[in-house]
Amino acid sequence: MVDWIVFLAGTLIALSGAIGVVTLPNPVHAALSLVLTLFGVAVLFVAQAAHFLAVVQVIVYAGAVVVLFLFVIMLLGVDRDEANIGAESLRAQKPAAAVIGVASIGLLVALSQVNFTTGAPSTAGAADGPGTNVEKIADSVFTRYVYAFEITSVLLVIAVVGAVLLARKPKPLTDEMTA
Amino acid sequence: MLSLVWLIPALPIFGATVLLLFGKRIGEPLAGWFGTAMVAGSFLISVGVFADLASKSAEERAYTKVLWSWLPSLGVDVALLANPLSMTMVLFVTGIASLIHVFAIGYMHGDPRFSRFFTYLNLFVFSMLMLIMGDNFVLMFLGWEGVGTCSYLLISFWFERPSAATAGKKAFVVNRVGDFGLMIAMFLIFNQTGSLQYHAVFRSIEENGIASSTATAICLLLFLGACGKSAQLPLYVWLPDAMEGPTPVSALIHAATMVTAGVYLMVRVHPLLELAPGVMTTIAWVGALTALFAATIATAQDDIKRVLAYSTISQLGYMFLAVGVGGNVAAIFHMVTHAFFKALMFLAAGSVIHGMHGVVVDEQNMKWMGNIKKWMPITTGTFLMGWLAISGFPPFSGFWSKDEVLLDAYKENKALWIIGLVTALLTAYYMTRQIVLVFFGKERFAADSHADARGHAHTPHESPVLMLLPLGVLAVLAVVGGAINQPFGGKNLAMKLEHWLDESFIPGTEIHAFVGSHGSVASGTKLTLAVIATLCGLAGIALGASQWLKRTTPESQAQLELPLLKRAYGVDALYSKIFEVPGRKFSEFLAFVVDRRGIDGVVNGMATLVRGGGNQLRKLQNGYVRSYALSIAGGLVALLVWAIVRTGF
Amino acid sequence: MTQAQGAVLVDKASSGPGGQWFLAVAAVLFTIGMVGLLLRRNVIVMFMCVELMLNAVNLTFVTFARMLNDIGGQVVVFFIMVVAAAEVVVGLGIIVSIFRGRKIGTTADNAVLLKG
Repeated sequence: MVDWIVFLAGTLIALSGAIGVVTLPNPVHAALSLVLTLFGVAVLFVAQAAHFLAVVQVIVYAGAVVVLFLFVIMLLGVDRDEANIGAESLRAQKPAAAVIGVASIGLLVALSQVNFTTGAPSTAGAADGPGTNVEKIADSVFTRYVYAFEITSVLLVIAVVGAVLLARKPKPLTDEMTA
Repeated sequence: MLSLVWLIPALPIFGATVLLLFGKRIGEPLAGWFGTAMVAGSFLISVGVFADLASKSAEERAYTKVLWSWLPSLGVDVALLANPLSMTMVLFVTGIASLIHVFAIGYMHGDPRFSRFFTYLNLFVFSMLMLIMGDNFVLMFLGWEGVGTCSYLLISFWFERPSAATAGKKAFVVNRVGDFGLMIAMFLIFNQTGSLQYHAVFRSIEENGIASSTATAICLLLFLGACGKSAQLPLYVWLPDAMEGPTPVSALIHAATMVTAGVYLMVRVHPLLELAPGVMTTIAWVGALTALFAATIATAQDDIKRVLAYSTISQLGYMFLAVGVGGNVAAIFHMVTHAFFKALMFLAAGSVIHGMHGVVVDEQNMKWMGNIKKWMPITTGTFLMGWLAISGFPPFSGFWSKDEVLLDAYKENKALWIIGLVTALLTAYYMTRQIVLVFFGKERFAADSHADARGHAHTPHESPVLMLLPLGVLAVLAVVGGAINQPFGGKNLAMKLEHWLDESFIPGTEIHAFVGSHGSVASGTKLTLAVIATLCGLAGIALGASQWLKRTTPESQAQLELPLLKRAYGVDALYSKIFEVPGRKFSEFLAFVVDRRGIDGVVNGMATLVRGGGNQLRKLQNGYVRSYALSIAGGLVALLVWAIVRTGF
Repeated sequence: MTQAQGAVLVDKASSGPGGQWFLAVAAVLFTIGMVGLLLRRNVIVMFMCVELMLNAVNLTFVTFARMLNDIGGQVVVFFIMVVAAAEVVVGLGIIVSIFRGRKIGTTADNAVLLKG
């Protein structure tokens, strides 16, 4: 019973946040809706015994990524309403999006009903069983997937360097350069 | 010596290659002497081979030297056949070619493309030798085409002159018509006998026989080829224009060698020819009519070389007349003597032209000459020898050979004999006209005022020794050449062309190489005929001399020079109307309609199609990120559908 | 039913929502994100929709980890989060460099230089 309530609560929060992201005209409002969604998804993670991930979700996603979004919104000044922007310039976009949306929901839900289990034993270790969730994830990451782990850390460094380079303002031409 | 027979064509082609690669470096006059040495070497070896062959008995006089295997499916190898016919021709071809090479060293002095000239000359001699000495039709055809090509190259040697370039083209194209006939004939021969080698073909025909229609077709087509190469009706039109080439070329190719290739071909295939009597009659009549036709035109020409060109056509007509009535020996005999005196006269004309250079504007126009005997006595003397030979004046060589031809014609058909006589009269007449206009009478070149401004000599000068020497040798040959086939002495006279050619036959068959002429006549009749022919010749000389010594004004001269004859019966204009204009229209149709609109249209249309398609596809790339996202989403839906279908939900 | 130390009790045998329900939620979340990407023109909001889709995917993986009893699903999510974070960093850097200094109201529809 409790599970159902938790599930419904999480779902409600997530979906309302999602709809908010998509429909709210003000980007700052949309960012805050996103936070709502992320929180809902974290609840759903917990409901599935993925405690570590739920925490990481809240800290990294809701805490860092969304803040980053807000920084950029403020930096670029795109916080004004989109209502002034004007009519849709691509005429086929709205009807096509509607069709695609309906189609993909139907198809995905239908696909999700299919039974995919083959009965083969797990590759990375059991999800349930003795031990905390963190222990199990740590076990996996640092033994079986340690290479991926190291490489993703390198990836993060590269991303940071790249972002710094990308966002640099181009140097203004001095008189010496135009001589 | 016989085994060295391969050197005979090998030397000239070696010479041609060396001169092609290094000619410019060797330079004048060494290039000329080198070319001459090659051809002279060929001549010496052919003398040796001839002697070797003569020492054999009659049955063995056919020596084939196989150089290497070539086209087994056609039954041909690269092989040279040394038999009496080929050796006779090789001897006079290489001999006269050597003399002309020497002459050309002097004549072409100062020409910027001196060594190139000798390259072409050597290449020509090689082609002609391959034509004569090849033991199969394919090699003969190789030589045939080779001489055609060299003729083209040499006629248009001074290609800066548009008339020379056009003349070369004309020669090539008209020859092609004949070559077409020759090729079809070769196809038919192969179809009939399964081989293209002379001996194999003749053997097969003797064993298996041949339908007379096939034989007629083959012989007619071969004769078409011969007409083209030897300038008979109706394919003679290229020879007068071919005089645009340098005079040594006219002497070598268009008097002594290439134009005789047609006669040679007909004589070579005479076993086949005798199986198609209708064709032989045709050949005889075409030859006779050509002889008459060309002789009439020659009486009204002003250019010294054109007279000789039409004279060549006329004399070739005699040779074909002989072939057509079965007189192969007479044909070859006349070919040899004609080579001597015609080459002599051409070279002498060249000497006159060379001497008149700078004295008048048009050094080839006889109307501006006159009394050359005073200024160029040696040239005059040699030319007169040739004149007497061609007019059939006994005992010069032309008398003996023309008499043989007329005798054979008389045996076959009196009408042909009459035509031959009339032509002989005309021949003597126009040749006399020519020598009177050129060498005798009053000097007319002083009246040409144009030459004064150029500061050249005002009088003609004799040619250098290098040019006079060949003239002398040829003059001697023109005088005594008749000795190779005297009609008296019977079989006792060892040196008789008739026996030499007669008693060779094709190994393995009963065919004799030469059947000789049909029937025989009493020696009394022979003498009568000879006297009649001589009288005709003398009448012609008398007519020519009497008329032309006294007619010195243009008006009086024009009385004897019918405009129709001057225009050569307007044949060239007629051909132009029939062939050239529609041909050009057709080419323009092909070029502008078929090629430009049709083919280019298809190609351009492909390009337009691709471009149009690309333009349409371009609309997918509209720059909007959202529409790209839409495409991705659409793809996603498609994948999902596929997944559903696969799981069979 | 085993009880691990400090683990939240998840009773598989009880009548909680099965994996399919969570998958359905993830599907809806994903579709909402996709439609938002197609329809919104503000670049930052479009990016946020991408984040929505990523979250839906994460939810799917976790669900499968539970359904198939394989911790690998959760490990994948771990990595997805890392990479998504890096992606956000770089993506926002690109957006900043493209849209910096433009007048207010520039949307994704204004960046059409790649039009062929």
